[in-house]
Amino acid sequence: MGQITLQGVQKSFGPVHIIKGADLEIADGSFVVFVGPSGCGKTTLLRLIAGLEDVTGGAILIDGRNVVDVPPAKRGLSMVFQSYALYPHMSVRGNIAFGLKMAGIAKDEINRKVEAAAATLNLTPYLERKPRELSGGQRQRVAIGRAIVREPKAFLFDEPLSNLDAALRVQMRLEVTRLQKQLGTTAIYVTHDQVEAMTMADKIVVLNGGKIEQYGSPLELYEKPANLFVAGFIGSPKMNFVTGDLAKQQGATTIGVRPEHLKVERDGQGGWHGTVSVAEHLGSDTFLYVDAGPQGMLTARYIGELDLHPGDKVSLIPDPARIHRFDDSGKSIRA
Amino acid sequence: MATQQTQLLARTLLTPAVALLFIWMIVPLALTIYFATLHYNLLDPGSESFVGLENFRYFLTDPAFLASLQNTLVLVGSVLAITIILGVPLALLLDQQVVGLSIVRLMVIAPFFVMPTVSALVWKNLLMHPVSGLFAWIAHLFGLPAIDWFNDAPLFSVILIISWQWLPFATLILLTALQSLDEEQKEAAEMDGASAISTFIYITLPHLARPITVVILIETIFLLTVFAEIFVTTGGGPGLQTTNIAFLIYSQALIQYDVGSASAGGLVAVVLANIVAFFLVRIVGRNLEA
Repeated sequence: MGQITLQGVQKSFGPVHIIKGADLEIADGSFVVFVGPSGCGKTTLLRLIAGLEDVTGGAILIDGRNVVDVPPAKRGLSMVFQSYALYPHMSVRGNIAFGLKMAGIAKDEINRKVEAAAATLNLTPYLERKPRELSGGQRQRVAIGRAIVREPKAFLFDEPLSNLDAALRVQMRLEVTRLQKQLGTTAIYVTHDQVEAMTMADKIVVLNGGKIEQYGSPLELYEKPANLFVAGFIGSPKMNFVTGDLAKQQGATTIGVRPEHLKVERDGQGGWHGTVSVAEHLGSDTFLYVDAGPQGMLTARYIGELDLHPGDKVSLIPDPARIHRFDDSGKSIRA
Repeated sequence: MATQQTQLLARTLLTPAVALLFIWMIVPLALTIYFATLHYNLLDPGSESFVGLENFRYFLTDPAFLASLQNTLVLVGSVLAITIILGVPLALLLDQQVVGLSIVRLMVIAPFFVMPTVSALVWKNLLMHPVSGLFAWIAHLFGLPAIDWFNDAPLFSVILIISWQWLPFATLILLTALQSLDEEQKEAAEMDGASAISTFIYITLPHLARPITVVILIETIFLLTVFAEIFVTTGGGPGLQTTNIAFLIYSQALIQYDVGSASAGGLVAVVLANIVAFFLVRIVGRNLEA
């Protein structure tokens, strides 16, 4: 079991409010990703759940029990740190076994569990090596091994993949997701990378300035962003925002259209006219950065190759069903 | 340093410095070896004559030699033990966030900046003096007889003084090492359920293995040649109780005026220092390997 509930959790460092009241319900066995720009409080929130920081106000419930006064080790959670935080003088075996050893578990029981964890993570050949003799991906797996061997109620991941190169990151992303599904343990994962968030999460928590902006499944966030911030943060390239008369016609202060929902036409009729200022040809996609006069710079994504070059005149036709409308305060207007 | 030309230039420019250093080292060494083979006593000028290895036989069979060798080893070992056993907890304390920490740190480090002769004089006359010393006064407060430190426990007194001087050095090195300990490692240990003591034993102490090695190696180099503290406080006595190798050589040369024997002693000391260094590097040096 690993159901985690946050009730009005607040955290201040002196006069600085890092977390301004977070309410959250994390279901048992789900994979929840905290995502947001740097300094939004996502790591702090994770550390509050872990117990490495004390809350200033509110309650954290694990399986219905308030744990704000419970020390980290007694909360039944385990954490994978950004730097992996492996113990450099211990072998892989020693690293994975450390938590069990501290819990006073019998030696052969420890060995059995460590070897099972190592087998799950393909670490068996490296059990007697020191962390410095391992590659980045292997170290990452040791850190995960240290987390799973304790059979925690939930895993906490603090940007665990940010030190890996791009190819390895994609591979580890898959491995972590698969492992979590296989074990069925609740996981909370912090990242600033929205691609990681979209691909790994059952549910995403978008944080900004110490507040939860939206909590929902990846597609919910993509299709129905609650506000301007979420709309701009989720999706790559970023959503186009247009203000002024065009928005007023739609009864909104700002309207947003994703680059992939703009139809590109050469010298077409209707839509928004503009001049291509940069065209990025990726083969699979073409990204166009279009100077659209009163609408400002717009980004359009075309699936496949489109033979357009800087200076070409184009018109961009937004998909009417996919226009997002936002009011004065930036909140989304639902029809 | 890629091309032939830059290599030649580098060598040419380095040569004067290397040559000077070489002369600086080789002339005293050669003269010492030369004097060690002579009968050369300052009280008997003009009688210099070649005696072969006689000086070495004389120095090594002198009962003072074994006594001073033992004193040297006891002194080095004790000071190392005291500075490390006290240095680790001191460094841990100084690593905490406390009000006025910068002043506390400065005061802890201060003894290292006091000249050995000065600190030895302070200890001898202000602290350990059996009549006017602070320790005697404290003992008197409790109605205890004053201890005559340099007569009753001469070697221990010297060890105490030298430990006081070197404790800041050990503390400083260990403190900087503690500050480089990854915070996330301590947090990981906390998540793993390690108590403060377990964290110290399993995380902090292994992390300190390398700086402790550095402290041992550097302190040994300097402690083998301790002289000023002994000269100022006990003059090697009573008897030979605080005479170490360095002081023995001094007394051969400038108390007995026997330059030949002192030179032989100096060469023996060089060999001994190298033996100690060899074993030290074998025992603790592997901690320095990355």
